[in-house]
Amino acid sequence: MYNLDAAFYALADPTRRAILARLAMGEATVNELAEPFEITQPAISQHLKVLEDAGLIVRRVDGTKRPRRLAKAGLEAMDQWLAMLRKALETNYDRLDEVLAGMEKRHKGDTR
Amino acid sequence: MSKVTLRTEGETHVIVTRRFTAPPEAVYRAHTDPELIRRWLLGPEGWTMPVCINEAKPGGKFRYEWTNGKGGGFHITGEYLELQPYDRIVHVERMHLPDPTPDNHIETRFEADGAGTLMTMRMTLPDANTRATMLATGMEGGMEASYVRLEGML
Repeated sequence: MYNLDAAFYALADPTRRAILARLAMGEATVNELAEPFEITQPAISQHLKVLEDAGLIVRRVDGTKRPRRLAKAGLEAMDQWLAMLRKALETNYDRLDEVLAGMEKRHKGDTR
Repeated sequence: MSKVTLRTEGETHVIVTRRFTAPPEAVYRAHTDPELIRRWLLGPEGWTMPVCINEAKPGGKFRYEWTNGKGGGFHITGEYLELQPYDRIVHVERMHLPDPTPDNHIETRFEADGAGTLMTMRMTLPDANTRATMLATGMEGGMEASYVRLEGML
């Protein structure tokens, strides 16, 4: 099972969200990923490690380069989890719709 | 009827929205009247809320206890900070599992949307870690059943 706790924690940082947004456009090297940010390459590497440990990105070996790309399975696991939470909330709110419909009926039947 | 939306915002927020065909007054009452609350705020099939204490006034406390009828259960306690009938509720709450989770600060707005209501809940957790844990473990303790189903899927 994917570590969803680590995945949500990884997403809580704006730099890491920006890295994921960049990778959504395609594979990128560490240098390419570091370019838009005014932080050191070791700092970027640290962010990449957090994302990798959370199962959100993977690396490939290409000569001396280690390009990163999005890990489809890890992102899908997060999506599925959020969809499941939405569904649980929806169960409650579907019940609330019925309660509200009952309230309205009583209100209309009030002849005072 | 439109579905629930659930999204994260910034580092510590979770935003939930839902539309209802009923007007804000009715939706607000269904969130503050214990007799109405216990009819819908139940989580998965088979769970009930034997204790639903709710003092809907600023400084008032609430306590919701759920059980699955098989020895499983948990409870939530909280306090109301602000109530503006029928527009807005601000409260804090925590789950007891049985240790209390960090406080979740929640602002709930009920806005007129045609003849119906757009409800927006804005949750603020103390830090990114707490939000990560809440999202990863489920927003209600009563979701173990769904959790087990998800584990089977992954």
